[in-house]
Amino acid sequence: MKLFPIKGGIHPEYRKELTSEKPIVALPIPSVLYLPVQQHMGAAASTVVKVGDQVLKGQMLARGQGVVSAPVHAPTSGTIVEIAERTAPHPSGLPMLTIVLEADGKDRWAELPAPIADPFTQTTQVIRARVGESGIVGLGGATFPSAVKLGLGDKNKLEILLLNGAECEPYLTCDDRVMREYADEVIDGARIMAHALGAPQVVIAIEDNKPQAAEAMRKAASAQPNVTIVGVPVQYPMGAERHLTQAVTGRETPARKLTADVGVVVHNVATARAIHHAVRFGRPLLSRVVTVSGHGIKEPKNIEVPLGTPINDLIGFCGGINGKIKRLVSGGPMMGQPIVDTAVPVVKGTSGVLALTGDEVNERPTQPCIRCGTCVSICPCGLVPVEMAALIRNERLEDAAAIGLQDCVSCGSCSYICPSYVPLVHYFNYAKGRLNALDRERRKSEQTKALVEARNARLERIAQAKRDAAARAKAQSQNSDVNKADA
Amino acid sequence: MRIAVDKSGPFTHAPTSVSRTMTLVLAALLPATLYDIWLFGWPAALMFLVTVLSCVGLEALCLYLSKRPVGPTLADGSAVLTGWLLAMSMPPWAPWWVCFVAAVFAICLAKHAFGGLGQNVFNPAMVGRIAVLVSFPLQMTTFVRPAPLGSAGSPGLIDSIGIIFGHSPMLDSLSAASALGYIKTELSRGIPVSQSILTAPDLTSLALGTHAGSFGETSAFLILLGGLFLIAKRVISWHIPVAVMGTLFLLGTVFSAINPDRFTPGTFQLLSGATILGAFFIATDYVTSPVSKSGQLVYGFGIGFLTWVIRTFAGYPEGMAFAVLLMNALTPIIDHHIRPRAFGRTRKGEPLPLNRGNK
Repeated sequence: MKLFPIKGGIHPEYRKELTSEKPIVALPIPSVLYLPVQQHMGAAASTVVKVGDQVLKGQMLARGQGVVSAPVHAPTSGTIVEIAERTAPHPSGLPMLTIVLEADGKDRWAELPAPIADPFTQTTQVIRARVGESGIVGLGGATFPSAVKLGLGDKNKLEILLLNGAECEPYLTCDDRVMREYADEVIDGARIMAHALGAPQVVIAIEDNKPQAAEAMRKAASAQPNVTIVGVPVQYPMGAERHLTQAVTGRETPARKLTADVGVVVHNVATARAIHHAVRFGRPLLSRVVTVSGHGIKEPKNIEVPLGTPINDLIGFCGGINGKIKRLVSGGPMMGQPIVDTAVPVVKGTSGVLALTGDEVNERPTQPCIRCGTCVSICPCGLVPVEMAALIRNERLEDAAAIGLQDCVSCGSCSYICPSYVPLVHYFNYAKGRLNALDRERRKSEQTKALVEARNARLERIAQAKRDAAARAKAQSQNSDVNKADA
Repeated sequence: MRIAVDKSGPFTHAPTSVSRTMTLVLAALLPATLYDIWLFGWPAALMFLVTVLSCVGLEALCLYLSKRPVGPTLADGSAVLTGWLLAMSMPPWAPWWVCFVAAVFAICLAKHAFGGLGQNVFNPAMVGRIAVLVSFPLQMTTFVRPAPLGSAGSPGLIDSIGIIFGHSPMLDSLSAASALGYIKTELSRGIPVSQSILTAPDLTSLALGTHAGSFGETSAFLILLGGLFLIAKRVISWHIPVAVMGTLFLLGTVFSAINPDRFTPGTFQLLSGATILGAFFIATDYVTSPVSKSGQLVYGFGIGFLTWVIRTFAGYPEGMAFAVLLMNALTPIIDHHIRPRAFGRTRKGEPLPLNRGNK
């Protein structure tokens, strides 16, 4: 298959060999699970259980609210012991409503929805409803509710379901292992998704540093004429949705449009596997594969982890922390989030837990920018990071937005390559947050203004009505006076 | 375990640094420098040392006066590089005070008055060179003929100290015009280029540096090797050097074909003067050149064009330094108007039209 070049990007040290040959092992069910009601993009789910309830494995604990949301299920059987605010797995460290489930160790299943026997004869609505009620979200890390994304075929004529097996983040090997060990499940899930999307073709893109995964997938897809496996160059951020689409199809998604607008929908390989489980067995999303790695971890592993498992348990299962670590990261080192507290749980978007030593992180004090322009030549979005950062430093956020700040995908390539160690992405995240807040404030004040104006208009109407009534009454009484006088 | 979070990712970083970049540039300059010291003898070695040490000392002084950390900042190597490039642009036997004044202009005025590393608008080494060139034209245009170390014409260490630090007048017999200067003088005497070029140093001599000229500009071949090393190490990209040299070569070739009596050929333009040093080491200065590749092509073209114009029509035989400074002034404007095309957008910044067949 012909590939197309993508602009920019970097070649970080991948260090995938720490876990790439470690088969997925299942974590024993932890004694207590912590399930935040929001593990996805969109609205938080609302709890449907109360403290003291006995729940079974796969039972819904919180229901999705609105269109863009996802439910949360019990990863094992046990008792709800607490529903309270707890530190969220988020860099803010702010609390979030969390359902605390004490496992009873029996792992008894609830009654699950019946398997969809022949999904290829079902309508897209049936598949989407199943995916939605199974709580499946994008497992690559974006955690966008998959059912919503499977609905993109309604409005767009789709040609390709592009399954993302690039796994371009260093360290992470969870998708690699899923493709090697569960290739059949991934292919089946992908075919179901393509059917739901109405996309005639499935392309599975795998970076060339995962030949075994590509081989396993090729074998599993050999009987499927409409499924193609393509090797894509090892180049970060190849796994970014728009860039992968461009690399495979040559189509450049216009700014502020979706890849669906150019006929392509991108889903992660692990999501396809989860959809296979939901459709074929009625099993909701209860666990995910997590890469626990970094030189700070004694025995790095790929682990199938029940959602809600505290990161502490995960690290303990890997032999604990080895020596002095500099950073603890959820996800990959390029776009992952810092972990503020090891008591926080694994959630649907946790692809990795990395304990990184000082050598691996290689943090140094920021020096003055020497305008070398490397950030400009490697920016995969064609932006000018050096200039955006200079504007943001002077709090000229609107000017930074005018030269493309909102087109930045925060891939981190510029920060990674900067010889002066300027934390460029830090500036961009700050500015994006500030601009969003300003936007919210502006909308709020506009709303307030509209409300005040409406109120004033209403009061004015009432006053006018009163004046009119008084005038009418006066006219009437005058009339009657006249009549009296006449009489 | 709770961990303080103080910044966003990424939580890994390429093994690069400013000092690594500077060190690579110095390494690229080293062969040419050693060769030139051999070629021009002890006075050149002293001139080189005085210039570099002046720059480093003045940098330390400026950092101290602005209450910034002296040691760590000196370690970035930028002052050494400025001094080194400045020395390369001086006549090999330039007296110490000329070197020192040039260093004052380069470090104190061009660099620290603007805020130090990364803040300067103009290339510090070129500001230093131009300041002394217009102030002390005699000293700055007195070039010596090469006399390799150990040869009869090469002064000993003691004599050299006298030449650089003392008042011993330079012997007229030792001095000579640079190739560009020679052509210019002859032209002013009414001798056409087509004739004078026959008596000017030939291309081999220009490439090997066995002719009179500035300390660093004479060994074009070794400078070129250093430049290619920097491209191979990805410290610089090809855009600026190719744009500078391509423009000079094209203009030289075209105009010399039209009127060989008035214009020097493209090959002579490439190998004489500071063309190669300027294209690979001066024009590519990160701080004062545009950040985008397309901007760099425009900038390089500007330098090539202006260099040719100054060499051909202006009073000075060599125009590289002036051209670089003039284009430095345009760098912010180039950066403002020439940006890379953003993903999913047109060059004007509008979202691309929705077209499934787009590439």
